[in-house]
Amino acid sequence: MADAVHIPDEAETRARWGNFAWTADNAEQARKVIARYPAGRQQSAVMPLLDLAQRQVGEETQTQGWLPVPVMEYIADQLEMPYMRVYEVATFYTMYNLAPVGRYHVQVCGTTPCMLRGSDDVFSACKNKGLVKGGTTPDGLFTLTEVECLGACANAPMVQINDDNYEDLTYDSMSAILDDLAAGKQPRIGPQIDRQTSCPEGGPTTLREMVSENHDYRGEW
Amino acid sequence: MSDVIAPLADKDRIFTNVYGFQDWGIDAAMKRGDWDNTKALLDIGQDEIIERMKASGLRGRGGAGFPTGMKWSFMPKESKDGRPSFLVINADESEPGSCKDREIIRHDPHKLIEGALVAGFAMRARAAYIYIRGEFIYEAKVLFAAVEQAYEKGFLGKNACGSGYDFDVFVHRGAGAYICGEETAQIESLEGKKGQPRLKPPFPAGAGLYGCPTTVNNVESIAVSPTILRRGPEWFSSFGRENNKGTKLFQISGHVNKPCVVEESMGISFKELIDRHCGGIRGGWDNLLAVIPGGSSVPLVPAAQIMDAPMDFDGLKALGSGLGTAAVIVMDKSTDIVRAISRLSYFYKHESCGQCTPCREGTGWMWRVMERLRTGEADIGEIDMLHEVTKQVEGHTICALGDAAAWPIQGLIRHFRPEIERRINENKGSAPVMEAAE
Amino acid sequence: MPKVKVDGVELEVPAGATVLQACELAGKEIPRFCYHERLSIAGNCRMCLVEVKPGPPKPQASCALPASDGQEIRTDSEMVKKAREGVMEFLLINHPLDCPICDQGGECDLQDQSVAYGRGGSRFEENKRAVTEKYMGPIVKTIMTRCIQCTRCVRFAEEVAGVPEIGAIYRGENMQITTYLEHAAKSELSGNVVDLCPVGALTSKPYAFEARPWELRKTPAIDVMDAVGTNIRLDSRGRQVLRAVPRINDDVNEEWASDKTRHNVDGLVRKRLDKPYVRKDGKLVAATWNEAFAAIAAVKHGGSVAALAGDLLDCETMFAAKLLVQKLGGTMLEGRQTGLAYDVSSLSAVNFNTTLNGIETADAILLVGTNLRWEAPLVNTRIRKAIKKGATIFAIGPQVDLTYKVEWLGNDASLLGKLPEAVVEAFGKAARPAVIVGGGVLAKDGAHGDTLALVETLGLIREGWNGYNVLHFAAARMGGLMLGYAADGGIKAVAAAKPKLLFSLGADEVDYSAFESSFKVYIGHHGDKGAHAADVILPGASYAEKAGTYVNLEGRVQRGEKAVFAPGDAREDWSILRALSEVLGATLPFDSFEQLRAEMAKAVPALGIEGLADYGWSMPKLPTGASGEFSSPIKDFYLTNAICRASPTMQQCSAELIHGESFAEAAE
Repeated sequence: MADAVHIPDEAETRARWGNFAWTADNAEQARKVIARYPAGRQQSAVMPLLDLAQRQVGEETQTQGWLPVPVMEYIADQLEMPYMRVYEVATFYTMYNLAPVGRYHVQVCGTTPCMLRGSDDVFSACKNKGLVKGGTTPDGLFTLTEVECLGACANAPMVQINDDNYEDLTYDSMSAILDDLAAGKQPRIGPQIDRQTSCPEGGPTTLREMVSENHDYRGEW
Repeated sequence: MSDVIAPLADKDRIFTNVYGFQDWGIDAAMKRGDWDNTKALLDIGQDEIIERMKASGLRGRGGAGFPTGMKWSFMPKESKDGRPSFLVINADESEPGSCKDREIIRHDPHKLIEGALVAGFAMRARAAYIYIRGEFIYEAKVLFAAVEQAYEKGFLGKNACGSGYDFDVFVHRGAGAYICGEETAQIESLEGKKGQPRLKPPFPAGAGLYGCPTTVNNVESIAVSPTILRRGPEWFSSFGRENNKGTKLFQISGHVNKPCVVEESMGISFKELIDRHCGGIRGGWDNLLAVIPGGSSVPLVPAAQIMDAPMDFDGLKALGSGLGTAAVIVMDKSTDIVRAISRLSYFYKHESCGQCTPCREGTGWMWRVMERLRTGEADIGEIDMLHEVTKQVEGHTICALGDAAAWPIQGLIRHFRPEIERRINENKGSAPVMEAAE
Repeated sequence: MPKVKVDGVELEVPAGATVLQACELAGKEIPRFCYHERLSIAGNCRMCLVEVKPGPPKPQASCALPASDGQEIRTDSEMVKKAREGVMEFLLINHPLDCPICDQGGECDLQDQSVAYGRGGSRFEENKRAVTEKYMGPIVKTIMTRCIQCTRCVRFAEEVAGVPEIGAIYRGENMQITTYLEHAAKSELSGNVVDLCPVGALTSKPYAFEARPWELRKTPAIDVMDAVGTNIRLDSRGRQVLRAVPRINDDVNEEWASDKTRHNVDGLVRKRLDKPYVRKDGKLVAATWNEAFAAIAAVKHGGSVAALAGDLLDCETMFAAKLLVQKLGGTMLEGRQTGLAYDVSSLSAVNFNTTLNGIETADAILLVGTNLRWEAPLVNTRIRKAIKKGATIFAIGPQVDLTYKVEWLGNDASLLGKLPEAVVEAFGKAARPAVIVGGGVLAKDGAHGDTLALVETLGLIREGWNGYNVLHFAAARMGGLMLGYAADGGIKAVAAAKPKLLFSLGADEVDYSAFESSFKVYIGHHGDKGAHAADVILPGASYAEKAGTYVNLEGRVQRGEKAVFAPGDAREDWSILRALSEVLGATLPFDSFEQLRAEMAKAVPALGIEGLADYGWSMPKLPTGASGEFSSPIKDFYLTNAICRASPTMQQCSAELIHGESFAEAAE
């Protein structure tokens, strides 16, 4: 099954991650997160804490991060949840990596709006740089995943690489982005064509005053 | 067919910083008119706010189009057993084609946060949770910061805006699940569980988040509410057609020359929307094949029918489709229409939560048949069979994902059956077929 | 009481009923997979769809829809028929066609319902989904490709067993049921998921490929693994019991059975005593019945005769043995094998007075010196139900995981005399307060009296409510006490009297070094401790091989039937005693089992009537002032008696679940 992940060996994972604990900063962040929910409802914090933990693992491994079993159990203990319930959550949502990923998690949207605008070309660019869907490049740099609609359809096609969106892609711009990342350079985030966010290319058809000043339209009400 | 809809003037646009040319921060937002004496809005009073929202004709912007004011009115006026009420704001924008809430959140977040206070106050909620999809990473950062700004100004928290009303706004990030856009799945997810929709009844207004009365509203529905109250319900209802009032963020993707997000009057005709803001159809109007006018869940509409259709709830319903989130996916004649729909079928298979039988089993089946229809490796009879399967899914599931998975296929079969048959016949002609040998 | 119409027939249904229940009341069968009366409603299988007006123009899941006044429900419309066919088809498209090799075959909901409600053919041309097996432990075998994701097992584990180790991971068509990381489910109740599973995804590992249901003779019986008196059905073929499954009895075990109840049965064919033995020159050698009887007749006891009863005995055996002892001039009878000597002047003071059903309604419960999970797992599930209704639980004793939140007060008997304020306050507010006194308490001097004192201080007796409970864990205990198997001073006093002739009736937990001078006659079924110490062994029948009357811990008199014949030369215990009595010149006054039963009912009328025995209520005056720690009398849940010690399944459960050995690899 394409979606099924090969979960790393439990014993090895426990040996490597058995001592996981929050960094001081993340411990404080975890406390803040839990405080968002009513007393006794700390289970609500499981998703943010899994995200936080994945990021901490990511920092430690210089990747996007993933969720080793002891890390999930650490969170379960903190939130007084059965391990199974945390595991269910971690396997349900797509953003939790159940196995290690590369330095850059290249998540190309393949859903219809992006497909219509050329996501095939984006995948071709990835393929020609040696990226394989569901796999990590031998140098550990890139993991390629085809993801479902990421909600940037007016800027299709797009890719999310770790935390950043690159939009209005072509074969060439996607290739350039991968080259830059491989070379340790930070590509420009957002639309890869001359365009302000989701504004029509070439300039707005509405609200033109806003381009140059923080216009207050209330005077015209 | 439709009333003539006048072009929307910039002064009547609610989301003036929709493209983010200017700063999203609270000071800039206040200069644009947000948080302008919000106390006065709250002073209108809870019941009167709801009355005015009803009068504005605002229908929910998340897709279903349920009247917003009426939804608010379902909330208990007082807690009989000490349970608090909650407002949950659905920012899990995941419907393929939809990308409007993203613009609100990253460029005009204070409209949303102010709206959260106004709406939460009106429905007597103790707090609002904004459930933002996990992949909106930058957007969530902005939203967290904007909420913090509002607290710093005293607009939220104890005695919000000096109104005497205590109200909190919390941001909760999802982690990748389309189904969490369904209101009860969202509540489950907020409670730290898998996003699996609940059985209804009970409805959230009776027992929602943490078992407390809860209303789940779309970002856009909440974010427009302060402006509606400031300018009056009659201002809002002066746009659009009867039963389809107000302004709306349209998101146009696919084969137009300039895809974009733009706020327009409800009921604007498709052609006008595309010509005015998107630079026309790629290759000209003759090149238009079909349009999915409201996000992936609604059936497609062929070119000839959509051209002059008013883009609103009733106008598109009349075409057997729907406005949905006003996510307009345009397909020109270069489109492999079967593949376009099959890819949506894959999407629904991927996003089915797996809880109930027809959706868990049906979405995979439908996608697999669609893939064979795409390549033509099927029998003509399988078209009808697939249609029957979609009918077996539709209306038999716990939530509407089953319906959403069925409708695009039904739309395809309704309008493009000859194309599907052509592929099957061509495939039969090219491949050595057993029948031929007999 | 709402009035609804089901297929045109109007009827009144209880308030709070669901549409599904309304349909059942109207005599309509509603097919279902996920719905189960004793679990929360999931509504996920969609098999129970019916048409309901008023409502949306689509079928509704009847299991989850409240019945309300004026509803018109149709279970026979075209819409419903199509809906069922559709759901059935979806359930089957990815279900393997392996019924011929599936252990669920013949008792499979999916099979039955596809015949009744399916469309009779498949239109599915794609490849079927395959799912890897998941290790769930020594009891549950998995073939997960067959799973229809009804989540009954998930809900059972969380809600009833209180061990939330089963879950559904991933989502959509990839959703899979598994234990956490495929570790064994650490529950004494795991076997119940096999019964709950409507398909062949979870089947019984020890019973795998043993039999088809239609080959089995089904015998109603009473379980003897603990004192709950679980109602079971013994399924046998030829001379062998192949499995034990629970029968529904809402007053006793509801629909559940512990893993020990279910899976001790493979111990019934191992280490069995199938011929008489006589000790010659220090060694037990096989003998004929006549030789064995003669050896006993040669004992010059002079009336110094005693009988020790084991934990698994039926009342008839104990009654017959009692008569024999008396006829031989003896008086000493004891069943408390490990030395307990608590006062039995009032049986109500050693009874589970709230009853099993009643404890569910208690609102404050104090557990004293008991590990309920091991001493009576099905009482523990009742406590979980009480908690769901709002009960608070306190406990004194060694701290264990009881699967729910317990306020542990410490492990010192002296706490009984000075309960913390919080407990007193909670019990003061409670309307139905209860105390459960475990075996650990009865072992301690003064502790029984201390707990009885709580009747007063905690106000355990209310109008229509007696909250004082003693929790026994020997199936024979209450019956034995009713028959007088309790000597003053307990087994110690029996030993001190140095009986010349000692009958050991399946008493395998006794320290026989105290009876060195006695001539020991063991009547029992397994080559366990009692047999090893014996001078003569008379092979008897296990609970599966004889009819019998049992009294459970709440004083409920129940009867089981004989499922199979005892192996070899072994005989039913009563007939052994009857034959022996003749040889000893003390012929017992009955020639048939029925006559024996009638005699017993004459002697102890309560044993002649099935149902709760009435012990009245009286409190003996007992010494108080116990101190020191309680200790648990059960060291290994899976090995508490001779049958389960002989059971490979129970041995494996013990090794894996208690001693942490891993068998997971072997399963793959």
